[in-house]
Amino acid sequence: MTGFLIRRLFGIAVTLLVVCAVTFCIFYLLPNDPAVQFCGKDCPPDRVAEVRQQMGLNAPLIVQFGRYVLAIFAGRTMGSGSYAVQCHFPCFGYSFQSGRPVWDLMMDRLPTSASLAIGAAVIWLLLGLAAGVLSALRKNTWIDRTVMVATIGVAALPVYFTAMILLYVVVVVLGLMPYPRYVAFTDDPFGWVQNLLLPWTTLALTFAAIYARMTRSSVIETLAEPYVRTARAKGLRERRVVGRHGLRPALTPIATMLGMDLGGLLAGALITESLFGLPGVGKLFADSLAKSDQPVVMGITLLASFFIITSNLVVDLVYAWIDPRARVS
Amino acid sequence: MTAPLSTGLSGGAGAAAGDPGAAAPAPDPALDPQAQQTASPWRLAWERLRRRRAALVGAGIIAFFVLAAVFAPVLTAISGTGPDATDKRAIDPYLGGLPRGSAGGMSPQHWLGVEPMLGRDIFARLLYGARISLTVAFSAAVMITVIGVLLGITSGYFGGRIDTVISRFMDVMMSFPSLIFMMALLSVVQNVNRVLLLIVVMSLFTWPYIARVIRGQTMSLKHREYVEAARASGTTSARILFSEILPNLTGTIIVYLTLAIPGLIGAEAGLTYLGVGVRPPTPSWGQMIADSSLYYKVDPMFFVLPCSCLFLMVLAFTLLGDALRDALDPKGSRG
Repeated sequence: MTGFLIRRLFGIAVTLLVVCAVTFCIFYLLPNDPAVQFCGKDCPPDRVAEVRQQMGLNAPLIVQFGRYVLAIFAGRTMGSGSYAVQCHFPCFGYSFQSGRPVWDLMMDRLPTSASLAIGAAVIWLLLGLAAGVLSALRKNTWIDRTVMVATIGVAALPVYFTAMILLYVVVVVLGLMPYPRYVAFTDDPFGWVQNLLLPWTTLALTFAAIYARMTRSSVIETLAEPYVRTARAKGLRERRVVGRHGLRPALTPIATMLGMDLGGLLAGALITESLFGLPGVGKLFADSLAKSDQPVVMGITLLASFFIITSNLVVDLVYAWIDPRARVS
Repeated sequence: MTAPLSTGLSGGAGAAAGDPGAAAPAPDPALDPQAQQTASPWRLAWERLRRRRAALVGAGIIAFFVLAAVFAPVLTAISGTGPDATDKRAIDPYLGGLPRGSAGGMSPQHWLGVEPMLGRDIFARLLYGARISLTVAFSAAVMITVIGVLLGITSGYFGGRIDTVISRFMDVMMSFPSLIFMMALLSVVQNVNRVLLLIVVMSLFTWPYIARVIRGQTMSLKHREYVEAARASGTTSARILFSEILPNLTGTIIVYLTLAIPGLIGAEAGLTYLGVGVRPPTPSWGQMIADSSLYYKVDPMFFVLPCSCLFLMVLAFTLLGDALRDALDPKGSRG
């Protein structure tokens, strides 16, 4: 297990470094001068040169990259002279446009994104697992067929459609609640739930449909295994056969999928956040992109990669812990 | 008690006699085209597919949209308004530029109503938008298939160091947050044909999913007897790949191609909605959705229409893809 862990951690370090390098190249090799970006379109050339010097953009690319990576662990002072700013550990760059370190900007937004992702995951798990298990246990009945037709339909629904219909019906026509705006859980737990209910539902519906289909096929497959037959032959009650021998192994792939999806959503629910105007990491990304705030864009790209890679690792570790065969490969 | 047993036996004997390999009087398959056709796996797949209503519905919807996109100039000539023409008479300046009349301004002049403010014809824009959405999705699908199949087949067949390099590369590509990376790339690159750029960027991040499947299938196919036989008789690797292995992957490729398209249509709409895809004067469904989201309270018809098109298209490809998967059975149990 230790060897497996070390191998995986090493692999992750390499992958993160590659992602970091690629991101860095995208933003610094392509014809978008960060100095001009910073200084504005009508900036005089000598001023641009000055900014370049202060931002350390005249150094070779590899040196700039080295500084960037080092700063993540050690922090750094950005720029020099009268424009010097302190960027503390972990330094993911400094947004000159908003005058704050990228890390602080991201951490301000992360609770919103985490609230959205986790709340939605609870809803889609409840819906998806219930529908999937029900469908599998009632295989080839009208219940199964109805659930499966519904999942195909719901999975094809574009999020904009779900969001707009929910907003139109719940907020505009029925007037059940005001237009959602984010309230921190620590400030007002009830308001937090109320305001996130529509974004959660929007995000959860598609996933619920996919999870229902996955759960169904996984449960059907497991219930056909010889050990389930053995359990039945031993005279165990059907409840126990399904609950103990059928569901537990069937849900392992679902747990894997959940880990990956959550990792992807922590910084990746851009459309849902934009649709509802939620101040999450995804919204910050979209806004920063619109105003060409490159350090922020780059920081979020790295953060998102980090979430995806880490969730991959967590999933693999959980898997290796459950199933020793996975440790070898 | 004995009667069913004996009929069972005679039935078994009859079946054995009908087997052309076992009995001499069986008709020669080469002389009987009918028998040959029923034996073809493609024929069997087609028969299975034809019996699925979902597949027919899916194919019907796809055909409808493809024809609508292809004949967009003809159809807009009939309806009388092009995609860029603005009609100031169709909107009400005293109501903040909302369309006149009910249901988003549907009228004999504008079959599906007009956009608020500009008064552009929604029917025409949907048709021309379908052109963009479908072009992007189909081209990207072809591209990811070509890249994915080439790399997957190479990686799976040769194994060893080549496999390690390609697999690592795929792992890295898949650990990129694709939406965020696509947005970053699309926003950084300027002065390039947006449609082309969109196709390239979307393909760049989607090919590993198909490559992984192809790699796995190739790894199992390369140990089949006919591949071993070809190798033993001195056939070159390239020839084995393209004439022994690739034909056996066709079913899988068709299925994954079909199932990739709804994701690509959705991605194009999403990227355009987020403002980095197709740029405003060009009509596209994502663009229309982005515009309409501002008016969802006062002109719900405007967002219902492009969203419905997107929904139908994604649904159609999912239905067809699912049915194709069942019919072609890419898990390889066909043998």
